[in-house]
Amino acid sequence: MSQELQKNSIFKVIGASSLGTLIEWYDFYIFGSLATIIGAQLFPADAGASALINTLAIFAAGFIVRPFGALVFGRLGDLIGRKYTFLLTLVLMGGSTFLIGLIPSYSSIGYAAPILVLILRLVQGLALGGEYGGAATYVAEHAPGNRRGFFTSWIQTTATGGLFLSLGVIVLTKNLMGASAFADWGWRIPFLLSILLVGVSIYIRLKMHESPMFTKLKTEGKVSKNPLKESFNNKANFKMVLLALFGATMGQGVIWYTGQFYAQSFIENTCKVDFNDSRYILLWGIAFATPFFVIFGSWSDKVGRKWIMLTGMLLGILFYRPIYQIFLDDTDFTKVTQQDIQSVSDAVVTRTPIEGKSDSLISTSATVTLLSGASYQKIQSHVKFEEKGKPVALQPDQFKDKKLSTMVFWKFVALIFFQILLVTMVYGPIAAFLVELFPTKIRYTSMSLPYHVGNGVFGGLVPFIATLIASFSGSTPLSGLWYPIGIASLSFIIGAVYLSNKKPVETEA
Amino acid sequence: MNGLKKGLGLLWMILGPASIIFMFLQAYEKVGLAAEGVQKTNTALQWGIILFIFIPISAGLVIFGYYALKGEYDQLPSGSEEPKG
Repeated sequence: MSQELQKNSIFKVIGASSLGTLIEWYDFYIFGSLATIIGAQLFPADAGASALINTLAIFAAGFIVRPFGALVFGRLGDLIGRKYTFLLTLVLMGGSTFLIGLIPSYSSIGYAAPILVLILRLVQGLALGGEYGGAATYVAEHAPGNRRGFFTSWIQTTATGGLFLSLGVIVLTKNLMGASAFADWGWRIPFLLSILLVGVSIYIRLKMHESPMFTKLKTEGKVSKNPLKESFNNKANFKMVLLALFGATMGQGVIWYTGQFYAQSFIENTCKVDFNDSRYILLWGIAFATPFFVIFGSWSDKVGRKWIMLTGMLLGILFYRPIYQIFLDDTDFTKVTQQDIQSVSDAVVTRTPIEGKSDSLISTSATVTLLSGASYQKIQSHVKFEEKGKPVALQPDQFKDKKLSTMVFWKFVALIFFQILLVTMVYGPIAAFLVELFPTKIRYTSMSLPYHVGNGVFGGLVPFIATLIASFSGSTPLSGLWYPIGIASLSFIIGAVYLSNKKPVETEA
Repeated sequence: MNGLKKGLGLLWMILGPASIIFMFLQAYEKVGLAAEGVQKTNTALQWGIILFIFIPISAGLVIFGYYALKGEYDQLPSGSEEPKG
């Protein structure tokens, strides 16, 4: 069976599967990475913070439907095979991403804009829900039983690789065309590019063969007639679905999305670090940490999956708050003294008359460069009352577009690297772990659901719920972290008590 | 260990409905605090999404707890192809 396959044949399978999955992740992530810009394009100009939250809601909607995609395409994959099912998901994903790039803005078509994006986002979520389980199952069913962790970990790298690719394309496009043109229309380019990438991947996938295990089942006439019923109506199988969700994927999902998404959102929106710097930090962190998916996946073949995943969760629970406190402290420029300042640019003063009055709003903006190499834009807002003559401060000084000193930049890279290292611990072995929980004939359906509830719902909602919690009155910028910490703690306890640390076996039972 | 699994099962059964009640109370409070108009609609929508998603998951936690209490997780299958049911 799978052991007889040549090593290069397995890597061909991995390469073809991974490329498509990587592109699907790319498609899915460009939306999240551009949430702020898309929010400004799709919602009324005066919507303010609600635009971002609503965009995150649309972003979250893409995650929420993932479990439904898992059910629809998982069922299809167990009925007609893995190959054609995840070919279909790729077409749906690529098509909807391309169309998002063509949607007119709110100023052109009003609320039809966010509604259309929401529909396409739902299609993306459904497609992704079907894709991952198929790719992981497909690779696992080609791999020898005692090397599943190693071989499926290559599929695991695609999620981070897709994020890396999306950030890279965004940063490159923005720098080539300038910030203003990018915010105006250039943000569409990463979406439109997707169609080329998907075309290449479809060509490669069409040349792939069906999984040997599924082919064997089909030959023997043992293909499931009703995978949904067999997966969820059978207590012995359903209890494993619940265990996989609460004891593994739920915690894994929040660790993943905190390290890769919330971290970037926090650095950019809460710490107000410059657009490019916040993305470069993540790009470096991902580049350094990605090889560890394979290292931990391979290691799990030797020591079992359970404790590697749970250690990743525990480290997240213990270290998230100290790490994010450092992000806040190192970007706090409110205590800068004159001795720290190297130069201050000429102030740009904007005077806006207040409607119906002779008073005016005065905004003064200047770029401050520090001796450490850091810089930031300082904005002071005042109201000038004509009868008083003296301006009155409207709100505390604001600091934005912060560029970090070299030392702090690399410190942030190290902290992001650590968070993504935790991602590799929880995520590297998870595909092999899930594949080994369920029998071949209902594997696609059974493993896809806990994976996508854990990652799509619990994980995908991290930026949305954490931002929401942090916006409550009385909360601090770190309050949002209680959501991933709480979920990871619950999952850690359930995993530690209920999961067994099965050692992988040489062949399929 | 099996005793602990069963004992915690009861805790999960309680945690499921407790989390739903907590979320409802939070939703009620936050929607009530939001200003009339777009902000109230947005807040209601956000909490609607959260409740819609987490109520079935909380129900799943109760079922998980019930199975744990009944000793369903005392002995886990050793392989993925082990006969089920």
